[in-house]
Amino acid sequence: MNQMTNRWIALYVENQVGVLAKVSGLFSGKSYNLQSLTVGTTEDETVSRMTICVTSDDITFEQIKKQLNTMVEVIKVIDLTDVPIHMKEILFVKISGIDAEAKNELFHIAQVFHKGSDVVDVVDDGKDAVLLECKMTERRNNDLIARLKQSFRQIEVVRGGAVAIESISTSCR
Amino acid sequence: MDITGRKLFVKALLEEGVDTIFAYPGGYVIDLFDELYKQNDIRLVLPRHEQGLIHEAEGYAAASGKVGVCLVTSGPGATNIVTGLADAHYDNIPLVCITGQVPLSLIGNDAFQEVDIVGMTRSVTKYGVTVRKREDLGRILKEAFHIASSGRPGPVLIDIPKDIQLASGSAEYPDSVAIRGYKPNTSVHIGQLKKAYKMLKGARRPLILAGGGINLSGANGLLLQLAETMRIPVVTTVKGKGAIPTTHELYVGNCGMHGKYAANMAVSECDVLFSIGTRFNDRITGDLNEFAPKAQIIHIDVDTSSISRNVVVDVPVVSDAGLALEKLLEWAEKMDTVSWQEQIRFWEEEHPLAMRADRGLNPQMILETLNTAFPTGYLVTDVGQHQMWATQFSDLSDQRHMITSGGLGTMGFGFPAAIGAKIACPDADVICVTGDGGFQMNIQELATAVIEQVPITVCIFQNQYLGMVRQFQQLFYGKRYAGTCLRRRRTCPETCKGPNENCPPYTPDFVKLAESYGAHGLRVTKEEEILPALKAAQQHQDGPTVIEFLISSDELVLPMVKAGNAMYDMIL
Repeated sequence: MNQMTNRWIALYVENQVGVLAKVSGLFSGKSYNLQSLTVGTTEDETVSRMTICVTSDDITFEQIKKQLNTMVEVIKVIDLTDVPIHMKEILFVKISGIDAEAKNELFHIAQVFHKGSDVVDVVDDGKDAVLLECKMTERRNNDLIARLKQSFRQIEVVRGGAVAIESISTSCR
Repeated sequence: MDITGRKLFVKALLEEGVDTIFAYPGGYVIDLFDELYKQNDIRLVLPRHEQGLIHEAEGYAAASGKVGVCLVTSGPGATNIVTGLADAHYDNIPLVCITGQVPLSLIGNDAFQEVDIVGMTRSVTKYGVTVRKREDLGRILKEAFHIASSGRPGPVLIDIPKDIQLASGSAEYPDSVAIRGYKPNTSVHIGQLKKAYKMLKGARRPLILAGGGINLSGANGLLLQLAETMRIPVVTTVKGKGAIPTTHELYVGNCGMHGKYAANMAVSECDVLFSIGTRFNDRITGDLNEFAPKAQIIHIDVDTSSISRNVVVDVPVVSDAGLALEKLLEWAEKMDTVSWQEQIRFWEEEHPLAMRADRGLNPQMILETLNTAFPTGYLVTDVGQHQMWATQFSDLSDQRHMITSGGLGTMGFGFPAAIGAKIACPDADVICVTGDGGFQMNIQELATAVIEQVPITVCIFQNQYLGMVRQFQQLFYGKRYAGTCLRRRRTCPETCKGPNENCPPYTPDFVKLAESYGAHGLRVTKEEEILPALKAAQQHQDGPTVIEFLISSDELVLPMVKAGNAMYDMIL
């Protein structure tokens, strides 16, 4: 039960100056292990929603949720760890210094990863470079990056961090 | 009709019933001072340093139960209160601190006396915000007082840029608050409480561990009723001391690092530990695996994040202490704890709290004389050995309270806090027990006490050392007294194992120093001089009296549990 695993939180906060700093400061100040944090406004522009991934054990995770709840600016803490959710992370990968043959291999890899709700698109193409745009889970993005590193030397990665929302139907996942 | 921000500021203070403000001027609060100058309902206390200022506000808040209000300027004025904010944060003292700030257009420019004080204090305040729009000022001030004083109380910092102070806007000050993310718990889960009661009732060796939450919640009477009805012995934390009268037969003593032998043994041997209003700080638990090893633990606290944080508990109850105790009293029935109480009395007799009395003046004599000479009022301590002795030997009751820096352990807290307490309660006796180290950290407040005509009695436990650290050095660091001797000069030999006849004189001369400020100064070197000195201090009603008690350097605070060891593993 007390294993270090990735856990997910959706956090509704006041859309105000300094709130992001306060939330991230809590993680550094109390030595919580923050994996990713994304933030954006919601349908109510006075409210921001954060998607937070932490690596922790059960006891620490409970403490993290409580600590977040004590913040005046935090409106609601939702534990996403064990609920059906939709989660995606945007990822751009620029692969440079490749010839036609390497490009073919790259297109093949992109095709294999582009499957179901996982999207891998070639969005730009140069003489010796290709730009991929991917919308997949964090884990699939990790897999893709690992695969690309096996075949290509010059790659540039930009990741957006995961965003997640609860599923509409709770009966199937 | 529209009014300026500075006018609304004073209006807000009056609406909140503020009668005293601790304030130090500067360029970016001069307008607020100007507005305070125009009224006579709020007393402006001018300290001599902003750290003294905020500790005075803490003492005022702790003694009055009201929100302490501070006003300081931007930059260094603001950074000088950071220690006090952290202190109030740890000890749950309600403060509203207003800082001036450079005009909005200059923020971020490294302007003269600009610091990001809200950013700097985020982790040591309950809430902090810079006012960025004049129309928000009223709401923010209203929220500040509400947040500071509700739930688990704490310090709130409001940073007001100069142009907001001058801008015109609505004169309205809201009469209620609605903060969607802040809803302090005001109820208690009856199911959990029933479980707690059942567990307690089934115990053979029950023990109540009372923390500062009892004193904060004013639930002392209810706790006493519960203990008496159910016949359960009570131990306290440093901040919890006084939860029930210390002379009561069911009161065992403080537990923890410098707790009483019987109290630490009781925690180690009890089978149900009913803890209320404590966060199980490491000074209380020692080795977590060996803390209350035989007990099931019930934990009542108003703050969810304090529960199961340091110690994993069996029955957590989120509730204000008073609320939970009221409910428990509806069910409370007498338990048979006669043999358990006998066991505790046996431990008390085995190792009672006592210091050697054959070597002249000692701290126990001073504190016990204080108990009889000042049986009511406030005993305010600084931090260090004298503080631990005070928590061991002071009698507390519903008439005699202790104010001390428990969580942060802030040297320099005691003297200004005592001034603040006396300003809050002018009719109560206020004693400051301090050390020669800590007193010097805010010694400039002597001027404040003299000018404000605050008749407090300051008892300096003068042992010529930073005694608590010295004690660690003596016990665990081979008597290498690095940086703890306050007499040490450049002419001293490189190594020194303690005072001898060649030691240079102590500086300063506290008696002369007090007199130079216009305060009374006395020196006590013998037991028979204690009471006459205290009586003399009681006669001085025009200002403070400083009494220097010369005590031995090698006096130790015992028992002691080495940090990280089990609580039953005491140096006696």
